[in-house]
Amino acid sequence: MSHPILLVEDVSKTYDGFKAISDLTFYLYPGELRTVIGPNGAGKSTFFDLITGRARPDKGKIEFGAEAGPNKDLTNYSEYEINRLGIGRKFQTPSVFVEHTVYHNLVLSIKGNRGVFASLFHRLSSTERDRIDELLKLIRLDNKRNWKSGLLAHGEKQWLEIGMLLAQEPKVLLVDEPAAGMTDEETHRTGELLISLAGRHSIVVIEHDMAFVKQIARDNPVTVLHQGHVLCEGKFEEVQANPKVREVYLGRGKHGTR
Amino acid sequence: MSSPPTVPLRPLVRSRHREFLVVGSILGLLAVGFPLSNAHGWMDDFTITLWGKYLCYALLAVSVDLLWGYTGLLSLGQALFFSLGGYMFGMYLMLQIGMLGSYAKSGQNPNGLPDFMVFLGHTFLPAFWRPFQSFSFAVSMVFVLPGLLALVFGFLAFRSRIKGVYFSILTQALTYGAALMFFRNDFTMGGNNGFTDFKFILGHSLVEKGSGPATMRGLFVVTAVLLLLVCLGCHWLNGTKFGLVRQAIRDGENRVLFSGYATANYKLFVFVAAAMIAAVGGALFVPQAGIINPDQMTPDKSIEAVIWVAVGGRGTLIGPIIGAIGVNALKSWATHAYPDSWLIILGLISLMVVMFLPGGVVSLPARLAELWRRRRPATAPATGVTKPAPDRA
Repeated sequence: MSHPILLVEDVSKTYDGFKAISDLTFYLYPGELRTVIGPNGAGKSTFFDLITGRARPDKGKIEFGAEAGPNKDLTNYSEYEINRLGIGRKFQTPSVFVEHTVYHNLVLSIKGNRGVFASLFHRLSSTERDRIDELLKLIRLDNKRNWKSGLLAHGEKQWLEIGMLLAQEPKVLLVDEPAAGMTDEETHRTGELLISLAGRHSIVVIEHDMAFVKQIARDNPVTVLHQGHVLCEGKFEEVQANPKVREVYLGRGKHGTR
Repeated sequence: MSSPPTVPLRPLVRSRHREFLVVGSILGLLAVGFPLSNAHGWMDDFTITLWGKYLCYALLAVSVDLLWGYTGLLSLGQALFFSLGGYMFGMYLMLQIGMLGSYAKSGQNPNGLPDFMVFLGHTFLPAFWRPFQSFSFAVSMVFVLPGLLALVFGFLAFRSRIKGVYFSILTQALTYGAALMFFRNDFTMGGNNGFTDFKFILGHSLVEKGSGPATMRGLFVVTAVLLLLVCLGCHWLNGTKFGLVRQAIRDGENRVLFSGYATANYKLFVFVAAAMIAAVGGALFVPQAGIINPDQMTPDKSIEAVIWVAVGGRGTLIGPIIGAIGVNALKSWATHAYPDSWLIILGLISLMVVMFLPGGVVSLPARLAELWRRRRPATAPATGVTKPAPDRA
C-alpha cells in the first residue's frame, strides 16, 4: 500500500486519570473511506480531538503524510493550522454559524486566504460563487440559501456542515456522527455522498447507526475502538462476527476494569 | 417542492444599508443643525457642549458594541482607552495654558508649567511632556498609546485564549490598575485632579466670551463628523468577509478555528480598532468637558458604557448611539431632578432591558409589530419551505 496520509502511532491521552486513548495506532491511506465504531466512551471523539489539535497527546506520534517531503508532526500545529494543512472536521453536534445565512456559512468555509487583511478586502470571485452554488445543490439547501442557518432542521444542519467541510476542500475529512438526527432517507443519501467523496478525499467516519455503517463500509475497513484502543479492524462482516466486538457491544461478560 | 424563489444574493444588505442611511442622516443633521441654531442663538451654549459630550460618549459606546455586540468580547475596561485618549490630548491642552495659569499670574511659574507641576515642586517640564507641545504629536499619540496598550494586552489575552467572563474581569482589572496609577501625584499626570482649566486649542480660545462658543461649535462639528466616519467604517466592515468572520467568532469560535481562521488575530484587530475609536472619543471629550481625571478610568465608567449599549441595542450600528445619548440625557435630567436616585434609576433601566428587551430600544418597533401581528388572526397559511427566513433587524 502507499504512504499513509494520516499516521497515528502509540498515542495515549489521559484526562484526570481516565485513559481516554491508550496506545492507539491507526493508519489512514489516501482515498480511503474508513468507519470507526465503538461503544460510548470508547474515545472516538477524543481521537478526532487529538488529530485536529484540540487536545494534545500525552505520548505517541500523530503525523500528516505530505505528498512530497517529510510528514508533518501535527502535535506541533494549532487547530487552524491543521485545518489549513487539509484536515477538515465535522463535529458530533452540528456546529454551523446559526446567525449567518446558509449562503454565508459557505462563504466563510470556501477555500481561500484566511488572513485578517485578506478578509477585509476579499471579494467573491465567480469561481467561488459557482462552487458555492454547486455545493448548495449538492447538500440540497439551494432554496434555503438565505435562511438563517439556526432555523434549519437538525438533519439540514448536518448537511450544511458537510457542505462547509467540502467547501474547505480538505484532503482528509473527519466526520463525527453525520447521520445523527436524520431520517432514514436522509441517512441513506448521506451515505451515498460519503461513498462518492472517497477516492478524491480520505475520509474517517465515526458512526453509531449500524445500518449506516453497513451501507458505507462495503468492502472498506471498519475500525472498532474500545476503551481507547483498537479492538479490531476489518471488513464489516468480519467485525460483526468477531466475538470480542459482540461482547463489547452486547455487554456479555466483563466490561473491562472500570 | 415549488420552484426556488429568486432571492437577492445578500439578503441582509438592504436592511444594513437602511440602518446606515438612518444613522448617517441623523448625524449629518446634528452636525449641521446644532451649530447653526447655536450660532443663531436658538440653542444655548450649554446645550451644544452637552450634546458634544454625548457624541463623545457615543464613540465610546460604538467601540464597546464593536467588541461586545459584534465580536462577543465583553470589555469592562473600555473607558480606559477613552481616558487615555483624553489624557494624551489633555497633555497638549495643558501645555497651551502657558503663562495664563494661576501660578504664572502670581509670578511663581516662570517656565509656564502646568499648575499641578508647580504645586508638586517641579521647575522644568518632564521630558515625556515636551513633545506634547505639538498638536500633531498629541493627536498621533491619541491613536498610538491606546492602540499599543490594546495590542499588547490583546495579544497576551487572546493568545492565552482568555475568554468570556475571564476576559471581562481582566479588562476591568486593567482599567482599575491604570486608574490607581493615574491617581498618584508622582506619575506627573495631574493626580486625582487630573487636567483642567484649559484655555486654547490650536490658538482658538475655549473660554473667552466671544470666541469660546465658536470653538465649541467647531469641536461639536468635528465630533459629529468623526462619529459619522466611524459609523461609515463599521458599516463597511459589516459588509466584508471580515465582518462575517467576526460575527461567526461571536456565535461559535470553535467552528471558526476549525475552519482555518486564526481567531486570535481577528479579535486582536477588533480590540485595537475599538481602543482607537474610544480614544478619539476621549480626546474630543476633554476640551468639551473641560476636564479629565482618573475617575473616568474607574471600572464603573466602563460598566456604564456597557449599559448604554445594552439599552440602545447591541450588535447594531444605531443602538449604541441611541443608548449613549439617551441614557446620558436621562442622567443629566435625573441628577438634577432626583440627585440621590440616579444609580437606582440606572440599575432599574438595565434590569428592565435585560429582562424584557434584550435587543434594546432599537428592537422595540420590531417587537411591537410582532405583537400586533400575533393579535390578528392568521389569514394566510404558512408558505412552507420556500418562505425566506426573517432577517434579524
